[in-house]
Amino acid sequence: MKKILFAAFCLFATATQAGVSIEHWTTPSGARVYFVASRALPMLDVQIDFAAGSAFLASGETRLAGLACLSNDLLDSGAAGLDEEQIAARLAESGARLSGSCGQDRAGLSLRTLSSQAERDAALGLMHAILATPTYPNDALEREKARRVSAIQEAETRPDGIVAKRFSEAIYPGHPYGVNATVDSVGRIARDDLVAFWRGHYGARRAAVTIIGDVSRAEAENIASRLTDGLPDAPAEDPLPAVALSERKTLKIPHPAAQSHIYIGLPLIKRGDPDFFALLVGNYVLGGGGFVSRLMKEVREKRGYAYSVYSTFSPLRSLGPFQIGLQTKRAQAGEALQVVETTLTQFLKQGPTDNELRNAKKHLIDSQALGLDSNAKILGIVSIIGFYGLPLSWIADYPRRIAAVTAAEVRQAFNRHVKPEHLVTVIVAGD
Amino acid sequence: MILTPFPFRLAAAALALACAPALALDANHPYEKTLTNGLRVIVKEDHRAPTVVQMVWYHAGAMDEMDGTSGVAHVLEHMMFKGTRKIAPGEFSKRVAAAGGRDNAFTSLDYTAYFQQVPKRALPEMMALEADRMANLKLDAKEFAQEIRVVMEERRLRTDDNPHALLHEAMNAVAFTEHPYRRPIIGWMSDLEHMSYRDAQDWYKRWYAPNNAYVVVVGDVDHDAVFSLAEKYYGGIKRHALPKAKPFAEPKQIGIKRLNIKAPAKLPYLSMAWKVPKLKDAERDREPYALEMLDAVLDGDDAARLPKNLVRGEKIAQSAGAGYDSTLRGEAQFVLSGQPAEGKSVADLEAALRAQIRRIQEEGVTAAELARVKTQTVASQIYRRDSMMAQAMEIGGTEAAGFAWRDIDKMQDKLRSVTAEEVQAVARKYFNDDTLTVAVLDPQPLDSAAAKSKPPSSGH
Repeated sequence: MKKILFAAFCLFATATQAGVSIEHWTTPSGARVYFVASRALPMLDVQIDFAAGSAFLASGETRLAGLACLSNDLLDSGAAGLDEEQIAARLAESGARLSGSCGQDRAGLSLRTLSSQAERDAALGLMHAILATPTYPNDALEREKARRVSAIQEAETRPDGIVAKRFSEAIYPGHPYGVNATVDSVGRIARDDLVAFWRGHYGARRAAVTIIGDVSRAEAENIASRLTDGLPDAPAEDPLPAVALSERKTLKIPHPAAQSHIYIGLPLIKRGDPDFFALLVGNYVLGGGGFVSRLMKEVREKRGYAYSVYSTFSPLRSLGPFQIGLQTKRAQAGEALQVVETTLTQFLKQGPTDNELRNAKKHLIDSQALGLDSNAKILGIVSIIGFYGLPLSWIADYPRRIAAVTAAEVRQAFNRHVKPEHLVTVIVAGD
Repeated sequence: MILTPFPFRLAAAALALACAPALALDANHPYEKTLTNGLRVIVKEDHRAPTVVQMVWYHAGAMDEMDGTSGVAHVLEHMMFKGTRKIAPGEFSKRVAAAGGRDNAFTSLDYTAYFQQVPKRALPEMMALEADRMANLKLDAKEFAQEIRVVMEERRLRTDDNPHALLHEAMNAVAFTEHPYRRPIIGWMSDLEHMSYRDAQDWYKRWYAPNNAYVVVVGDVDHDAVFSLAEKYYGGIKRHALPKAKPFAEPKQIGIKRLNIKAPAKLPYLSMAWKVPKLKDAERDREPYALEMLDAVLDGDDAARLPKNLVRGEKIAQSAGAGYDSTLRGEAQFVLSGQPAEGKSVADLEAALRAQIRRIQEEGVTAAELARVKTQTVASQIYRRDSMMAQAMEIGGTEAAGFAWRDIDKMQDKLRSVTAEEVQAVARKYFNDDTLTVAVLDPQPLDSAAAKSKPPSSGH
């Protein structure tokens, strides 16, 4: 078995992979499939994302916050006549890695397996079993609830955990993106809630399947059809509520840490927003470009105030967050915050210089190859294209879209979306 | 400028090509050349995408420091981005970014390494930049004064405000008496406060030489072309004599050591470290490979004994793990660690971890679980080939520990040859209290911690 595998590997090892060609179809069950053939290594990645993230817990059910991710987490705790130990052992024996993921919009599973038939079939069979027939046994539920409660309490002692939670709550008042699991909400979750959430959200019509690796189109079709067959008959994705922006405010949370942890930001844009490319270029200049960004230069290089300072944004189904983050010795937190605010204000007013714009665009275009040089990286991008329904030509269009961005567009896009009257600042462990 | 105390895990991170040796010697093996100045260049071709990673590794890490200047290896790593006689401070990363690339560096106990990931056409410029700072670094008081503050912030972030990191720092300081692994990579805060640019300069002059370095290139390149480029850019740098290290030996530990750390947290945390052998002779040693397999049986995958028995079965642990790194320059330890589950104590967890070892001492491991972890080992080698960076790290890390990339396949074969009897034998031989250090995090409520244990550096 292994010998055959290795022979195939050797044969294809030097095949060159040029560009990313995405094939797309819909399964009979209604799941959208995105496939990239990649024959160079004898392995296969299969990811399935459902509109089953924490935001899809119906509003009014914040009393059960944490249910979406617990439903995902416990998928592999029992299925179709197998208990969790049998599932774990069989997966490991096949050489596969299976991991669950759960965010605000998406929740699902991703599998990395050897592409040889026996190993692949074993791993995909288990993946299907836990998606289609999870048993959610009570003892596993109680154990994982206890672990979740401990993890929540532990995170509430850590400055990085506290700042992230308080920030999302503050910028998303009344919106599911701002709801975090609590000791009480996790305590309330019962087995029936898990089953109901799975039935309502893990259906093929809410799913995007991404496949990349050493299989043919016909094999990929077969894999996707079998994986999404027999899933619950859940309705298609329902729209999320609109985001209402917070008023400008600053929250201070006491903590004994040596450093203050600071977040500044607000909800920014949805996936698919036409301003995405202008914001991407602008954010690179402001704080996304690592050592060459303005924030890094002002806060770290010139003043030594912080080891890490950055700005970042992640578009979601509803407006995803924009945030500036840093940690600095608590006695100098006021000065550091002042530098950050001045840098942001100036950037909003003036936008990038011609030189900054040129450098940012050149970097973003030239570095695209680095973002596509492994199956894991391609899987990440294609799964976003698939789940959010971005154009299949998104990767091919990327250089042209970046090249077309002007300084005026960056300034306008930032001013359209980063409104100072809605900026929220959270400081943990300030003086 | 990340700082990664890299445990190179033989089973999980550091080894080998997936194909049988026949392939490894055929299409995908690295090529190596040594320049006349002693610089070694190792190239592995991977033509899947038009990118390349260049890494420059120096045989100088935190373990080569002296008391009083702990952290200087890492501080110098930061200063390597602060300009040379040719380029201004910060210019290095600017040029990498302009070429469409990313760069960073890391310092470990054993080595310091720098890397750039770039589109392949930028490789010559990356070599020019690395060659320049190998020989022409400009260290001045002003840039140093700024950067040492950044490093102190890094220490606050990674260690002072991180209870588990604080515990491991204190634990190493107790576990080792003479061995330099007792000092933290990031350095003690008071050493950072009193460090001068001259300390960094001395470090640079002592260790940064072509004959103390090697370059690893993985990507869409032709190895002969890379050798020519290396000759062109690095070939002119002069070698110099390296300091001769005096031999030392960690005194034999003759009794259990225990320590407690108080820090703001909710959950207690326990770490137990036994002194065990490391890999010295890749061909003849057997025990280090058996210890690697023991590590994998305990914590190699989700079906391994610690998650299965302690987290899920007995519900004694919130989390539990094992760690062993056989390929390193210094002393090896086998570590078991974890957090007790709600309602369980640190003592319960310690007893449960010991019971897991005792079971293997008495009953051994099953053929099925050994087969499973070997399958996982083979699979991880294939999965690793998806990443050029992971392949470069594997070569570089193996070389850093004093082995050659040529040993990688052999080490992998040896791992697969470990028997259940050998695993049981190392479990019986090395888990003795006389070489054990046990550290416990005693969690403190946030409000009382605020009053009592405010770190001295936070007030000023």
